[in-house]
Amino acid sequence: TMARVLVGVKRVIDYAVKIRVKPDKSGVVTEGVKHSMNPFDEIAVEEAIRLKEKKFATEVIAVTCGPTQSQETLRTALAMGADRGIHVEIPADDYVKTGPLQISKIFAKLAEQEKANLIILGKQAIDGDNNQTAQMTAAVLDWAQGTFASELKLEGEKLTVVREVDGGLETIDLKMPAVVSADLRLNEPRYATLPNIMKAKKKKVAKLTAKDLGVDLASSIEILEVADPPQRLAGIKVENTEELVGKLKEAGLV
Amino acid sequence: MFKVINGCSRLSSYANKCTNKAKVFPNSKCLASFTKRDYSSSLDMSIGLSDEVKEFQLLALDFAKKELEPNMQKWDEQGHFPVDVIKRSANLGFGGLYCDEKYGGTGLSRLATSVIFEALSTGCVSTTAYISIHNMVAWMVDSFGNEEQRKKWLPSLTAMEKLSSYCLTEPGSGSDAAALITSAKKDGDNYILNGSKSFISGASVSDVYLVMVRTGGEGPKGISTLLVENNTPGLTFGKSEVKLGWKSQPTGIVNFEDCVVPVENRIGPEGSGFKIAMKGLNGGRINISSTSLGGAQKSFEHARDHLSVRKAFGKELIHNQYLQYRMAEMATKITSSRFLVRQAAQAMDEKHQNAPALCAMAKLHATDNCFDVCNSALQMFGGYGYLCEYPVQQFVRDVRVNQILEGTNEIMRLVIARDTLY
Repeated sequence: TMARVLVGVKRVIDYAVKIRVKPDKSGVVTEGVKHSMNPFDEIAVEEAIRLKEKKFATEVIAVTCGPTQSQETLRTALAMGADRGIHVEIPADDYVKTGPLQISKIFAKLAEQEKANLIILGKQAIDGDNNQTAQMTAAVLDWAQGTFASELKLEGEKLTVVREVDGGLETIDLKMPAVVSADLRLNEPRYATLPNIMKAKKKKVAKLTAKDLGVDLASSIEILEVADPPQRLAGIKVENTEELVGKLKEAGLV
Repeated sequence: MFKVINGCSRLSSYANKCTNKAKVFPNSKCLASFTKRDYSSSLDMSIGLSDEVKEFQLLALDFAKKELEPNMQKWDEQGHFPVDVIKRSANLGFGGLYCDEKYGGTGLSRLATSVIFEALSTGCVSTTAYISIHNMVAWMVDSFGNEEQRKKWLPSLTAMEKLSSYCLTEPGSGSDAAALITSAKKDGDNYILNGSKSFISGASVSDVYLVMVRTGGEGPKGISTLLVENNTPGLTFGKSEVKLGWKSQPTGIVNFEDCVVPVENRIGPEGSGFKIAMKGLNGGRINISSTSLGGAQKSFEHARDHLSVRKAFGKELIHNQYLQYRMAEMATKITSSRFLVRQAAQAMDEKHQNAPALCAMAKLHATDNCFDVCNSALQMFGGYGYLCEYPVQQFVRDVRVNQILEGTNEIMRLVIARDTLY
């Protein structure tokens, strides 16, 4: 069987930007800041497109959730080779409170609607660093999951995933349908090409709301405060091991 | 933040950037002070662009950051011509940016082309300049060649399977281009070429040379355009010149000694060469101005980063009012140049009758001002600005030639005077 792939892409602050916390500590400054596609999502899109090029997948549908600007990320996915896009529009005020639980419900509903049998997501977004959405999506759908994928192979109904885990590499076989989360070494994403950027303009992008999908965006999590990590203090140099142990004892650490 | 692992070059390049700074400024905490990098300002290069052109820009910036910027200084030091990287850019569509899609071009506007060259130049001015010259030659074949010629030459040019050079200037004629003497005498189905072309970018490495030759009488009406392939008997090259900048591309004399070129390689009718040359130069002027823009933008950013960490007299230089005012002047020079270049590019796209003069104005204004910006940025670094370890000196050297080629800035004044006074 061929896969119908759903890929999730998120618009995040570019990894190279120095983050600034807002003066009211309600979050980080996003206005006028360079944003781009979450790096792990780029890897997810690349893998989906490779599956299609190798004729293991029939269609790649890129999905993003968020306010209007999220569409930029969809365009990038389309320019890389996704066939069409879905923008689940969430107004900025609601989006701040949206987390992996709500997103996973949205992906689950879309997978059912689009009759997808493979969902590829980035393992985590570099703003939230939650590393939950793929796992939750699999749970909502009751599908198999292969997270932290560094290698993916599809043979008929069987999906072989090599996972990067603390102890090394773990190889598992999943029965489709399945959710996979992409890790760093899964692939090296391609550049979009100029002609593909132009072709992407003609690709269909559907707009939906969470309500259309019957998903409740209410969150039981409330962000109280966002603050800078404490400034790293200068250390001291010690002459020898005895002095080191002495200092550690003074600080009550041994 | 996730861990940076050696496998992913894009993510690890950020870590390397911080480490290098710490090496050079042992007292700076590169993560401590906030700089405006990546936060939008009036210097945002995407201001005024359509969504689609913004995407082109992002692609070019990404390519520049990943493929050009890390190698810019090395290529300069080693005089290395990065043919592999240049050809890789063709895979993305950079080989025939404003050529028709029919034979492999990307079919972009002059405005989009300018934006792309500006973005690429933030990575390496010299390499981008070569790509722009190749693009100009491809466009000339696309616009003035007949159908067989377009079918024969364009696919390999737009894919950069063949690289090309443009030959107009001679040892005896630069600004006075119409006085060129390289001759092409008809002999049956061939022309026999004799003469020399000088200051040719890509001499000896390019596969195809578009050469302006004299087939007829004196003056512009006696000039025709010929395509000469590398390894044609009678085609030889002088040694590569040692230059102040543009070191990542070879520049040299191209000699023709009884060089036999088939008549079918002539682009356009006899006597149309000068007109083709002048039309090509309008776009060439936009392109070269765009490379100055990218170099100036990057130099400004380097200077800003430096001012925010370098301390003198008790505080960071960025709080010094004189330096703030200097930077404000530099930012204004960049932005005024950018808007003028893009407006001139748009005039070309609209086939506006005043486009050539606007291109001359843009070239004059942008190349002069952007050199000033790069040079001022160098000054901001103090003694460090003079060290080749720092990139700003290379931007200064690489953009300096833009005030000379594609028509000297003196000739730009001549063009503008003729247009506005007569």
